[in-house]
Amino acid sequence: MHPSDLHYTKEHEWVRVERDTGVIGITDHAQEELGDIVYVDLPKPGARFERGGTLGSVESVKAVSDIYAPVSGEIMEVNQALATAPEKLNQDPYGDGWLVRIKLSAPAEIQEMLSAADYEKHVAASKSE
Amino acid sequence: MTAAPLKTTPLHGVHRELAARMVDFGGWEMPLQYSGILAEHHAVRKSVGLFDVSHMGEIEIRGPQAGALADYVTTNSVAKLKPGQAQYSGLLYGHGGFVDDILVHQVTGDHYFLCVNASNQEKDYKHIADANRFSATVELTSDRYVQLAIQGPQALATLQKLAATDLAAIRYYHFTDAEVAGVPARIARTGYTGEDGFEIYFAPAQAERVWNEILAAGQEFGIQPCGLGARNTLRLEAAMALYGHEIHAAITPFEAGLDWIVKMNQGEFIGRSALARQKEQGITRRLAGFEMTGRGIARDGCEVSIAGSPAGWVTSGGPAPTLNKNIGLCYLPSERATPGQPVQMTIRNQPVEAVVVPTPFYQRAK
Repeated sequence: MHPSDLHYTKEHEWVRVERDTGVIGITDHAQEELGDIVYVDLPKPGARFERGGTLGSVESVKAVSDIYAPVSGEIMEVNQALATAPEKLNQDPYGDGWLVRIKLSAPAEIQEMLSAADYEKHVAASKSE
Repeated sequence: MTAAPLKTTPLHGVHRELAARMVDFGGWEMPLQYSGILAEHHAVRKSVGLFDVSHMGEIEIRGPQAGALADYVTTNSVAKLKPGQAQYSGLLYGHGGFVDDILVHQVTGDHYFLCVNASNQEKDYKHIADANRFSATVELTSDRYVQLAIQGPQALATLQKLAATDLAAIRYYHFTDAEVAGVPARIARTGYTGEDGFEIYFAPAQAERVWNEILAAGQEFGIQPCGLGARNTLRLEAAMALYGHEIHAAITPFEAGLDWIVKMNQGEFIGRSALARQKEQGITRRLAGFEMTGRGIARDGCEVSIAGSPAGWVTSGGPAPTLNKNIGLCYLPSERATPGQPVQMTIRNQPVEAVVVPTPFYQRAK
């Protein structure tokens, strides 16, 4: 269900490593929990983030949720399509709904992230609470 | 503190079967959404939606002096009602603030049927019973009714399939007692969405069957079961007040822009003298509609400022799916609550531009 080539956080972000960069998004579980997404607030290219910093926010009809930087680095590219079509986040969270591309400043952080299987367990555990 | 178990409606099992996302709404476990808030919202604007609003409370006042009591506890003029007519009204404290906002239905001259907010029903009942110096009978009868709202331009066509009586003959804010799918029901042409539609009240025993028959009748129109999420976006576009947000104990009807439900010169009612005093002294704050001009959504509770000074607060805010804008309602100093006034919403510690606009934000073509 969650792509096995991605790395995950307990806060429901994912990273796809492409050479020295990481593409960041939110998980299918996250978009489902949020419901219809109507607005995405993202940083500008050049902005730098430490792991765990607030990268931006996603607003659904009901509420706003922070997105945390799953890894440290500098924003290289932002998914501009989300400004006019935030619903892509609901429709294709692992594809067209990606958020930003970041230049990894501490690539070792990736090793500390969850695998798809571990993330799956985390979601299952939080559901049964 | 241990949380009390959530209350459920007789349609709880149906919501589960439909895989609704459930939410705690003032102590009630209610559907937030089924297919999604946006799809449900658009279904009501374009066609028809079905809501379970059985959490709403019912209070009935009976007896030869029922009208006198109803008139004494409400701001609007019950004396002007005719049998089969309904009226939006306010229950106020002596100081002029809201106990609740309610619908008063005159069944007969000695029977009034009140629809009140779910989480206020016990408070409302006590408030009315305490004011009962008219020897009327006051009863909290919520358990005897399921309430469904059928809303949207195809609501009439949908419900008519299940009713022998001519529903088109029921005028807005009128009601009739007749069968729906063979079940005796109170059928009112009222709603909380800004669309044409009906709210029906009937005994819980047949709740599931009636719900399913309405969904089947509306299938050709693309009927959607709708949750509280769409109910909120729809009522916000129509700029209808929500208790706990636009109105509460510290807000008077004049401040909330509900002057039209207050009849100052048609008999005494609880809160009247306080309102008269307020009118004399001047209304210092008023509810205003706003539209975001900057990027962002001002949510409930958000601080509003004007030129750097705190000016008010947002009572309800969010996206308006029909209008493709971010809108809301807020309290402002009266002299600022006029269309065109620029305001700043503090969203995540940043000021974001908005402007006061006329309400309602959305009005259906008549």
